[in-house]
Amino acid sequence: MDDLYREIIIEHYKNPSYRGNLDPNDISFADNNPLCGDHIEVNLCVDEQGKVSDARFNGHGCAISQASADLLMESIIGKSLDEIKRLTKQDILDLLGIELGPVRLKCALLSLKVLKAGVYGLGSASDDLLE
Amino acid sequence: MTLDTNKIRQDFPILKREVRPGVKLVYLDSTATAQKPESVIMAMDNFYRHSNANIHRGVHTLAEESTALYEQAREKIARFINSASPRQVIYTRNATESINLVAYSWARANLKANDLVILTEMEHHSNLVPWQMLASEHGIRLEFIPVTSDGLLDLDEYRRLLTQNPKLVAFTHMSNVLGTINPAAEMIKMAHAAGALTMLDGAQSIPHFKVDVKALDVDFLAFSAHKMVGPTGIGALYGKAALLDAMPPFMGGGDMIKEVKLRSFRPNDLPHKFEAGTFAIAEAVGFGAAVDYLTGIGMDEIASHEHEITEYALERLEEIPGIKLFGPSADKKGGVASFTMNGVHPHDVAQILDSIGVAIRAGHHCAQPLHEKFNIQATSRASFYLYTTKDEVDMLVQGIYKVKEYFG
Repeated sequence: MDDLYREIIIEHYKNPSYRGNLDPNDISFADNNPLCGDHIEVNLCVDEQGKVSDARFNGHGCAISQASADLLMESIIGKSLDEIKRLTKQDILDLLGIELGPVRLKCALLSLKVLKAGVYGLGSASDDLLE
Repeated sequence: MTLDTNKIRQDFPILKREVRPGVKLVYLDSTATAQKPESVIMAMDNFYRHSNANIHRGVHTLAEESTALYEQAREKIARFINSASPRQVIYTRNATESINLVAYSWARANLKANDLVILTEMEHHSNLVPWQMLASEHGIRLEFIPVTSDGLLDLDEYRRLLTQNPKLVAFTHMSNVLGTINPAAEMIKMAHAAGALTMLDGAQSIPHFKVDVKALDVDFLAFSAHKMVGPTGIGALYGKAALLDAMPPFMGGGDMIKEVKLRSFRPNDLPHKFEAGTFAIAEAVGFGAAVDYLTGIGMDEIASHEHEITEYALERLEEIPGIKLFGPSADKKGGVASFTMNGVHPHDVAQILDSIGVAIRAGHHCAQPLHEKFNIQATSRASFYLYTTKDEVDMLVQGIYKVKEYFG
């Protein structure tokens, strides 16, 4: 339990640094986790070199989903869209530094799904985007 | 009479297990599915070890035995809900399939565009989506009895809706989120007076208190075995005989026919008309054993035990700062306590409770519109059954204080 609710996760949940909207933005996408109704919206600004110059998320959900979104936003600033397309579930687990069972994994991965669906310009965030 | 919970708990092997070494299971998720007593497990085990054969067609000894067990279980279920005849009890996979059966067979044959079906805002998705599908395919109209802020149905609004010539009123007997026990007998009487038929979703009521289809005068009643200490994969639909007799078959296949030609068939009589293909036979036998078990304990005794536990749980939970409970007071509800906690998502509540072995449900509990009504995404839900003890409620409360420690 202390592993799952590591201080870093509680901290990013309670005091997120990248919560908010970007207006204007270059990429904006939102989707839900149908299991629990968690909702994540991602806004990105992309510079001329195709690199993310700023990133924000908005939404509601459990500590795992919100903390992973905050950590993910932090990690992608300065990355190219191609690099973002290559992110996988393992990258999120590395950011969180925890092991998760199948149910909570869905919470953790929602932000990555939403991010990648937005970057690819897809209509919805599917599990195929996680591998 | 109070239940001897210690003795009852001995009947449920799973309640002896530890979730992980040194952490005892505190199962407060019976509204999702109930645990199973030894007698149900043994009945199914014995069926496969001793009697297993396909039913209704074979003439050998095992086929005869299997058929008898399958039909005896139906008779037990019929007696349990006071159905006039076992032929009015149709096996289905679960309450969801029972509701779909009514929506596909009865409603498609009897409803046309603009006909009104009245539902409520507290329905489980299983009593919303089949009607939404019918609305988009056949243009039937849906109206909803609103839920008041204290978690009750607004019966004045129901009265007003009844003046619009409804054809069917389909509603839950007990809310799986709020625990509200709706005044079914009164609501059914009102519907009939307005010329509408009624369908009751009994998934949450039948496991917990006596439901008598004759006393209620209900037209259709849907329920699942797994919520009443029986196996998953089997449920039932009760219907009034004249209605079921007049309805077209639901699914086509073996067993539901009297005669098949290359281009036509004649449907079988009740209840087989609605039971196409080989059914969950062992599960039906387990369903019968579940009914025997509950009958042996006594439904009135179960109801009063759960009431006592619910009253205690609400009292204890209300004392905790930052907890908001949903639904009416204990006298108007069954064994369900749904709540939110300031600043903590229900998933995190459930996860931390699991660390001390307490199993609750977190989410929208397949009732998203109801959560929207209360402006929340999700709730934590603890639910109680005949084997729940006050000590387990204390563990829940202790766990919630642990959540507060983490989230400060």
